[in-house]
Amino acid sequence: MKLLEIKNLRKSFDDLEVLKDISLDVSEGQVVSILGPSGSGKSTLLRCMSMLETVDGGSMIYCGKPAVEDGKYRSKGELKEIKSSFSLVFQSFNLFPHYTVMKNICDAPIHVMKRDKKEVTSDGEALLKKMGLADKADYYPYQLSGGQQQRVAIARALNMKPKMLFFDEPTSALDPELTAEILKVLKELAEEKMTMVIVTHEIAFARSISDKVIFMDGGLIVEEGAPADVIDHPSNDRTRAFLKKLEQ
Amino acid sequence: MMLLAEKADLFPQLLAICLKLLGGVGATLGIFFLTLLFALPLGLLVAFGRMSRFKPLSLLVKLYISIVRGTPLMLQLLVVFFGPYYLFHVRTSNEYRFYAVIIGFSLNYAAYFAEIYRAGIQAVPKGQHEACEILGYTRTQKFFKIVFPQMVKNILPAVTNEVITLVKDTSLAFAIAYTEMFTVAKQVAAAQATIMPLFVAGLFYYVFNFVVAFVMESIEKKMNYFR
Ligand SMILES: Nc1ncnc2c1ncn2[C@@H]1O[C@H](COP(=O)(O)OP(=O)(O)O)[C@@H](O)[C@H]1O
Ligand SMILES: [Mg+2]
Repeated sequence: MKLLEIKNLRKSFDDLEVLKDISLDVSEGQVVSILGPSGSGKSTLLRCMSMLETVDGGSMIYCGKPAVEDGKYRSKGELKEIKSSFSLVFQSFNLFPHYTVMKNICDAPIHVMKRDKKEVTSDGEALLKKMGLADKADYYPYQLSGGQQQRVAIARALNMKPKMLFFDEPTSALDPELTAEILKVLKELAEEKMTMVIVTHEIAFARSISDKVIFMDGGLIVEEGAPADVIDHPSNDRTRAFLKKLEQ
Repeated sequence: MMLLAEKADLFPQLLAICLKLLGGVGATLGIFFLTLLFALPLGLLVAFGRMSRFKPLSLLVKLYISIVRGTPLMLQLLVVFFGPYYLFHVRTSNEYRFYAVIIGFSLNYAAYFAEIYRAGIQAVPKGQHEACEILGYTRTQKFFKIVFPQMVKNILPAVTNEVITLVKDTSLAFAIAYTEMFTVAKQVAAAQATIMPLFVAGLFYYVFNFVVAFVMESIEKKMNYFR
């Protein structure tokens, strides 16, 4: 089943056309990695998918329900329901600094989804345990390392029980050792068949975890396919040039 | 003028002055606390108006803030007190003197607080808003749960400055002949031809502000539980 279908997506900032004609499918249980040079529109694509940006044209369909058709958004009520099907993890974590780890993870499920507090809390505890942060429930974000903060952010997203998770360079703000912590978590989620779209510069990681790799450049998808094809045998010149640069 | 009376007389003389000034302290504290009571929340409304996407409202509020900040508080008090009579020929009662002080001070301080709030709200990172958006918080939830607590932390130093200024500004109520502590001090000084009451008044403001600074500092410490 397709959880996300994007067709002919277009997005401009004033005169700058950032996404030119993007079409992309994500099936249930799939891990899709997006590679590409800086400025190629990867974040913008993820932000359009997360509805933090408004698209100018094209369609987006979530779990079979259209949110945007030919650039026209559905009603607020319909979108609200659709928005609960995904969550986004940011490069800079964006945890709430005045909430403890536990409150960061549980506040929205309780007050937005109106779920039972006890249930949410016990889910939260389980998630923290899974993230190796069981002893950090009462800490504030500033008391944690970047890697720990990012794991809390992932737990916060997971506690909303989304069908899909989007990640925008989840390790770019982290040191190499801390990066490994996060990649390990992502790998575990992939093994549990969590549907994920990940913007990353970690090529080796993308190769090992992804069902599909997308290479973007200049607001277009220039190459798309199995990781072995796109990463090991790129057919596009720009993909080749980009991968070569990363190797150096 | 006699700066110090003979030593033996000093203590009873001081005591007499203090007792006289005490009559005005209530009024000074009244202006102080009532102004905070009204101006702190009103400032938030003004800040919302200032940040409104409805242009006419935000321009109107901007004009109000610029007038309040660009003219003396003393003049504003005079306008609030005499305005109803000279502009609309409304006879005001004697109690109106007190109301005029509170209205004038509240409108003035609300404008200053509004600008402080606005800066404090705008200093909350964009990522916080986006996280709220992704988690599905409503605008109201976002403001009260996420933005407000961070704003409070951001603005405490600026608010402390403003509150300390307010302590001293209370003496401006003399402009419309509302008798607060400093008015009494001046009267006693003139009547007894001694500068002592003014020293006592000065000491009072100093101690008052010392307490204000202490209270604000402990609130700042309380807010240090997060960064
Ligand atoms: N809010 C914005 N306003 C104007 N231009 C933007 C905005 N966000 C991104 N851009 C521009 O869009 C292009 C793509 O940016 P982005 O999606 O962040 O690329 P990537 O994530 O691949 O590095 C860049 O040229 C960037 O400057
Ligand atoms: Mg980016």
